Amino acid sequence: MDKQLMKGNEAIAEAAVRAGCKFFAGYPITPQSEILEYLSWRMPEEDGVFIQSESELAGISMVYGAAATGFRTMTSSSGPGYSLLQEGISYIASAELPCLLVNVMRYGSGLGDIFVGQSDYWQTVKNGGHGDYRSIVYAPASVQEAADLVRLGFDKAEEYRNPVTLLSDASIGQMMEPVDLPKIIDHDPDKYDWTASGKGERKFNRITSNMYYMDNFDEYISKKYKTIEENEQLWEEFHTEDAEYVLVAYGISSRISIEAVEAVRKKGIKAGLIRPISLYPFPVKAFEGLKDVKGLISVEMTKLSQMAEDVALASRMKVPVYGITGGTELYEVEDVVESILEIVDGKAKEVI
Amino acid sequence: MVIKSKPEACFVDNKYCPGCGHGIINRLVAEVLEEMGEEKKAIGAIAVGCASLMPDTFGIDCIQAQHGRAAAVAVGVKNCRPDNMVFSYQGDGDALAIGFSETMYAAIRNDNITVIFVNNGNFGMTGGQMAPTTLEGQRTTTSPKGRDIMATGAPLNVINLMKTLDVAYLARGSVDGNANIMKTKKYIREAFEAQKNKEGYSFVEVLSPCPTNWNKSPQDSMKHIRETVVKTYEMGVYAERRGDNA
Ligand SMILES: Cc1ncc(C[n+]2csc(CCOP(=O)(O)OP(=O)(O)O)c2C)c(N)n1
Ligand code: SF4
Repeated sequence: MDKQLMKGNEAIAEAAVRAGCKFFAGYPITPQSEILEYLSWRMPEEDGVFIQSESELAGISMVYGAAATGFRTMTSSSGPGYSLLQEGISYIASAELPCLLVNVMRYGSGLGDIFVGQSDYWQTVKNGGHGDYRSIVYAPASVQEAADLVRLGFDKAEEYRNPVTLLSDASIGQMMEPVDLPKIIDHDPDKYDWTASGKGERKFNRITSNMYYMDNFDEYISKKYKTIEENEQLWEEFHTEDAEYVLVAYGISSRISIEAVEAVRKKGIKAGLIRPISLYPFPVKAFEGLKDVKGLISVEMTKLSQMAEDVALASRMKVPVYGITGGTELYEVEDVVESILEIVDGKAKEVI
Repeated sequence: MVIKSKPEACFVDNKYCPGCGHGIINRLVAEVLEEMGEEKKAIGAIAVGCASLMPDTFGIDCIQAQHGRAAAVAVGVKNCRPDNMVFSYQGDGDALAIGFSETMYAAIRNDNITVIFVNNGNFGMTGGQMAPTTLEGQRTTTSPKGRDIMATGAPLNVINLMKTLDVAYLARGSVDGNANIMKTKKYIREAFEAQKNKEGYSFVEVLSPCPTNWNKSPQDSMKHIRETVVKTYEMGVYAERRGDNA
């Protein structure tokens, strides 16, 4: 198929339409607004529905209702808007409904800023909402991967009856790259027996916290997430075979990290990279095979080294963990190289 | 005399307090859906509050909405399944305090859903705190000296606000006594019919007793509605659009 040049945000929107998504509700916020704008005209073309909701709270509530009907549905947001989605995400997870959420990260807390950043790792991966639930989280590092993960996200959301979040960021969202999109598919909203669709001749369905009506709920739900953790880890590795220093970076940071690994290798430092694609479940299996590693280096566009905690846990705290931080503007490869050299020279402090 | 059998949707006894209006209103909704032949296609977005007891005893497809967001949940449902009868069922704290925005925007967009709004003048589920609908001077657990409207603003008559909007149907009824119950049932039917005819947003407010938190007997609670509550919240049909969307 021919490749098209598309912005990351638009590729996400088109990929959703092609995955059979028929309902989108959302609220404008930079840097995700292109998703909204694109779907405002594209959804009706495919007999889908687009609603610009009065707030993110209302938007996610509409998505909750739509997900309950068995249709494929999604919303997208960023920063403060993503915070407002949390109530609904917790309800959706609690009722075990599938849907796709997109967080195109910006930088900072509070109003923060629209600059590049990866400051929503904790909120997105560890649950911004209340209670015992997880969202499966995927982090694309290219426009193509963003589109691919949308399709995978809808499939996994239904396989596990659980929300899936695509954690993108301002740079992937805004950059243009060639992308190969699959053909549009039809999703049958009536193929599941759990939907709110009018009871007809069957027993009525109650879409609510599943804990109310399940005897062995605690056991059931922990098993569900254990299964996801066992089966759904996704990652990529570069030069990890002989690496003494392993960078860990997701999304846009991984692209700069690959270049940095190549640059320091030319200086004789055995560096490698683990690129988590799934952030929940975190790809702990990638760390099992590491031998003779002197340091793990979490490279993220946040000032607080958010993912570094998971890196430390994945290595069972047996290896020193360092952090290279950034945000507000893309770090240059030279900056990352310099930070790696400081770590190798023993001049850097461990983050944990 | 024909004793009406219970609608099938009320498949077990409800779990509300004795003398609570929710039980009557649940039953009216069930009767109307059944009489219209819609109960098999109905989908309810049920509010947080005493309403959330409903899914246990009301046998249709339903969704437990987040507190305040039932109208928005119903909008999501209706857009995906436009041929189903979709309603939200909400208390006054839910629809007018935390969910004011979601409530108003469904009306502003004239979304083709039906909202059943139970006005019992307080937050029943959480123990009788002040609600937007609490009457002036009414004592609640958070207005122990009586509601001071200088501090809280006046009781919220939401139909007065919605009247200014382009909606299909607005009415306010009550469950005090048979005559009013039958009138309320008619309003609920007209609201669902408006939805069926794709006229747009329909909203029925129902004045309802909460004997437990009003500290009144069921009888005195009904009397209180009749003699006092209706002075702030007058009953009647406030908007009705028919046929212009055929
Ligand atoms: C976000 C959130 N805030 C607060 C609550 C607690 N809460 C549960 S029911 C309720 C009030 C319900 O009152 P109302 O809507 O008037 O319904 P009623 O119980 O009187 O029928 C509140 C505040 C909640 N469940 N969720
Ligand atoms: S607390 Fe009030 S509203 Fe709730 S069930 Fe009891 S009487 Fe009804």
